[in-house]
Amino acid sequence: MHTFAYHRPANTRQAAALLAKKETKALAGGQTLLPALKLRLTSVDNVVDLGGIKGLDAIQAKGRNLVVGAMARHAQVATSPVVKKALPALAALAEQIGDPHVRNAGTLGGSIANNDPSADYPAACLGLGATIVTNKRKIPADRFFKGLFETALGRGEIILQVVFPLPKCAAYMKFPNPASRFALVGVFVADFGKEVRVAVTGAGEDGVFRAKDMEAALKKKFTAASLDGIKVPTRGIMSDIHADAAYRAHLVGVMAKRAVAAAGG
Amino acid sequence: MPTVTMTVNGRNVSVDVEPHTLLVQALREKLRLTGTHVGCDTSQCGACVVHVNGRAIKSCTMLAVQAQGADVITIEGLANGSKLHPMQEAFRDNHGLQCGFCTPGMIMSAVDIVKRKGNDLDEHTIREELEGNLCRCTGYHNIVKAIAAGAKAMKSGARA
Ligand SMILES: Cc1cc2nc3c(=O)[nH]c(=O)nc-3n(C[C@H](O)[C@H](O)[C@H](O)COP(=O)(O)OP(=O)(O)OC[C@H]3O[C@@H](n4cnc5c(N)ncnc54)[C@H](O)[C@@H]3O)c2cc1C
Ligand code: FES
Ligand code: FES
Repeated sequence: MHTFAYHRPANTRQAAALLAKKETKALAGGQTLLPALKLRLTSVDNVVDLGGIKGLDAIQAKGRNLVVGAMARHAQVATSPVVKKALPALAALAEQIGDPHVRNAGTLGGSIANNDPSADYPAACLGLGATIVTNKRKIPADRFFKGLFETALGRGEIILQVVFPLPKCAAYMKFPNPASRFALVGVFVADFGKEVRVAVTGAGEDGVFRAKDMEAALKKKFTAASLDGIKVPTRGIMSDIHADAAYRAHLVGVMAKRAVAAAGG
Repeated sequence: MPTVTMTVNGRNVSVDVEPHTLLVQALREKLRLTGTHVGCDTSQCGACVVHVNGRAIKSCTMLAVQAQGADVITIEGLANGSKLHPMQEAFRDNHGLQCGFCTPGMIMSAVDIVKRKGNDLDEHTIREELEGNLCRCTGYHNIVKAIAAGAKAMKSGARA
């Protein structure tokens, strides 16, 4: 690992000032950033540890929303009684990320800031139409994820919390890559009554995306059978050593049906 | 050079580290606690698992400076003098190791599983919970048996 200067600011204002510098990165759970630094896939001059800022890991149910702090660790979300009651699909998703040690360190904010095309949380954010709250503005999930490892975040912008609207029902179904546990394909479905959302991770060449054909069919009737006959096109679907586009496209359909069934449809 | 002050296995220590020194390097190279192993470069094998503030983490994927003020337990902190911790004893009794390289991480993870999931662990739970610990020798079978036995033995008043 190349060396860097380490900073541990006590509040977001100080953190934002530090992060305004070039070649500077925030450090949350470190489960993506540190492996990348170790392998010298990336290097930085300054690391700004968000771990010293109090309150960033709070989890609260607020009216018709669940508000999860950016520094909430995956294990915290998986076991939180508040999450389990308000949005059990999110707790179940967090429980499936990586392994126990990764879940004890990795955070919600780090996962969505990184926007790995096979990560789980982006599917929940997009599938629930969440709002990403930063120190500068509120960004709807539909405008946050911008392609492979790209987001709408600007320099010096820090995710503070994610506001998840509570659906009537929701579920996430993941076909894990047997080696890495990342999603080979993962589908998050949520039924809000007036709207149904279906978000797919692991499959898109540009990262997480919404399956609008499926959303329209499920809005008519929220049942797995509504998805019969909807063929997922292979254009824009990832092909790699783990699975080709045709296989992934097929899996999207299978996982979507399972998710609808698990959500009670 | 930053100084990290932490508690390691109940002892207060201060170590001088570089900003990019990993916790596992501080433990092994500065404190000479070489029971914690490094088995990979990719945060996948779990040979380096220690407990930080009561949570099992991969010490190869945490900066030493992040452990400022923390309470750290390593494999060396489990035994009571010459008396092995019941989980260590169970690995010995059940042939839960061959070369032993993965064993410190396996045992630290096992103790953490018991803390979170209790003393009666079924095989499925143990296998799922070992997702982040790789073993190249045993085929896992005896590790799973050892953890089930160790978990039960921990119930009879042993400390974790
Ligand atoms: C072995 C292993 C298995 C894994 N398996 C899975 C899996 O199955 N599914 C999955 O989804 N993920 C998986 N991950 C990734 C894991 O979930 C990471 O924790 C996550 O991607 C990054 O979160 P972090 O808190 O560790 O972030 P860090 O590594 O600390 O940071 C990641 C990036 O986000 C930025 N960042 C962090 N916090 C903020 C913030 N609040 N505001 C703005 N920018 C921020 C950082 O600057 C950095 O660029 C795995 C990781 C490992 C090592
Ligand atoms: S050394 Fe392999 S996970 Fe830490
Ligand atoms: S006993 Fe050799 S790696 Fe597990």
